[in-house]
Amino acid sequence: MRSKIILAFSGVLSSLLPAILYAQDEIPIDQKINDAIAPIINPFVGFIFSPLPGSEAIFGTAFPWIVLWLVIAASVFTIYFGFIQFRGVKHSIELVRGDYLDPKDAGEVTPFQALCTALSGTVGLGNIAGVGVAVYLGGPGATFWMILAGLLGMASKFTECTLGVHYRNEYPDGTVSGGPMYYLSKGLSEQGKATFGKVLAVLFAICCVGGALGGGNMFQANQSAQQIGSVIPFFANNGFIFGIIMAIVVGIVIIGGIKSIAKVTEKVVPFMAAIYVGSALLIILLNIGSIGDAFSAIIGGAFAPTAVAGGAVGALIQGFKRAAFSNEAGVGSASIAHSAVQTKHPATEGYVALLEPFIDTVVICTMTSLVITITGAWNPGDGVTGIALTAKAFESNFGGFKYMLAIAAVLFAFSTMISWSYYGLKSWTYLFGEGAAKEMVFKIIFCIFVVIGASMSLGPVIDFSDAMIFTMAIFNIIGLYFLMPKVKEILRDYQGKLASGEFPRIKGGAAKST
Amino acid sequence: MSECFLVGIDNSDGSRRALEFARKRAKNAGAKLVVTYVIEWSPYSFNTPEENEQRHKRREEEISSATNSVLNPALEQLKTAGIEVEGIVRHGNVADVLNSLATECGADLIMVGRIGESGLKSMLFGSVTTKLIQLANVPVTVVP
Repeated sequence: MRSKIILAFSGVLSSLLPAILYAQDEIPIDQKINDAIAPIINPFVGFIFSPLPGSEAIFGTAFPWIVLWLVIAASVFTIYFGFIQFRGVKHSIELVRGDYLDPKDAGEVTPFQALCTALSGTVGLGNIAGVGVAVYLGGPGATFWMILAGLLGMASKFTECTLGVHYRNEYPDGTVSGGPMYYLSKGLSEQGKATFGKVLAVLFAICCVGGALGGGNMFQANQSAQQIGSVIPFFANNGFIFGIIMAIVVGIVIIGGIKSIAKVTEKVVPFMAAIYVGSALLIILLNIGSIGDAFSAIIGGAFAPTAVAGGAVGALIQGFKRAAFSNEAGVGSASIAHSAVQTKHPATEGYVALLEPFIDTVVICTMTSLVITITGAWNPGDGVTGIALTAKAFESNFGGFKYMLAIAAVLFAFSTMISWSYYGLKSWTYLFGEGAAKEMVFKIIFCIFVVIGASMSLGPVIDFSDAMIFTMAIFNIIGLYFLMPKVKEILRDYQGKLASGEFPRIKGGAAKST
Repeated sequence: MSECFLVGIDNSDGSRRALEFARKRAKNAGAKLVVTYVIEWSPYSFNTPEENEQRHKRREEEISSATNSVLNPALEQLKTAGIEVEGIVRHGNVADVLNSLATECGADLIMVGRIGESGLKSMLFGSVTTKLIQLANVPVTVVP
């Protein structure tokens, strides 16, 4: 059955191939699509990323209101939960370390695995290329604001992931479906706002499907095709071939259910992340003499930068924006990933999830910007930005690092696509109902979009899908404001049970208890 | 107090020989036998979200399949031989779990078959048997 599906799927792809090849000669099918779609979607994209009124005039640089929306929400949750990201982080680490795991439950998804799965969806090109853009535009001072926003985002993740588990659907066969669409509809209906909740949930799910196909798929395919093209010239003009290879690999994992490929990449991705952070640390050590200068550039640049559009506010905007776009706190995506995990109490997933913005933003993004700052690669106004700036900084100490970055980009993109295919699928089944055939339709569409993303330059389409991801945050956060008292109730219940010994700390397993 | 032996089994010929050996020893010593089936599983592997979602179901399936097809027949056979038995199915690293279960039930001896893994894998990671011998807190008998 599976091999038939794969066969049929490869058939679809190979029939696409000549169409794309042909289109390349004729020129611009992508241009045509762009021209046709742009007038319809541009107003929406413009609205989502529109600057706060007057921000350009006052600060000299645009401040997208959606960034403020995310940062305000994160601040509200931080205060409402009494700085849970600082007071709770010790417990989070104990959970991830497995201190509370009963050996009798061995075989279930561990908190460590839940954390890694959710992280593989957010750690990606943004941590490498996005930070390059932020530092280029906002200067080293952007790092300070990025760290601050990352720390605040931890509270948003705690809130949405706790709710995701609490309101998920559990089916008789033991599988589960959860995420914002479920807590928006069920949670708000408990408060007597059933219609309002349903509307938010459906809008969220529509945006999540769009975001999964775009920002979580086409954008990733497109950017990794470009990265590979920059080191292997063959792929520079043959993005569709790269796209087909990528689509087949993605298809084998999500349609074929062949886990071995996912297993390989999911082992390689943390390894790449470790190499990336390790090389960054090494470069910082090699330039340890400049560490004082780098820190004063970051702190000074955060409050009184020079050569940055908009001054301190410019640095703040770039830092906040990068953090919000990178760790997805408040978007609701991680909540879908965490809802899949079997746990004894919803709050445990909240505690585990609050580590994600820390690892993604405070550790990995900060490493990138520290390397850019300490190596002196940042040269305002010279046009070296994004991944090129990151590559320049790393190459100043390790020649040939661009190859490493290209491989990292492809692997990060792949793991992000696998995660988003799941987020999209869960929203799809929320909208159209559960069922193998309905799931298959989405999975095939997802694979076709990989090819489209890699082979065409669909700027407006990708912008649109980026906007969809942030529109998820609008509906999600409205719901979170209504549901945060419920989260507090869940948290109190958990803390009570923890204190009464209902969830005993086992640490080290039974072997060492004698 | 009577003795207690822990025997690790799977679906292999080697483990059937180990079980047979354990039955004779337990009968002679009047010892209790703890029959253990360990399902190889790592708490640190990386999963896709879909795998996480199905994990609970898979785990139940793995446990019931191990219990019904391997563990229960073994227990029945031992019970008819008049031996006091206990059966355990657990996920984890085979050597670690056998050792910690031996400690947990106060076993005096662990018995396993020599587990035939492929040459390359055991060259790289060492065999389960070797690891068990190195970390066990009680004597280990390996049945060839």
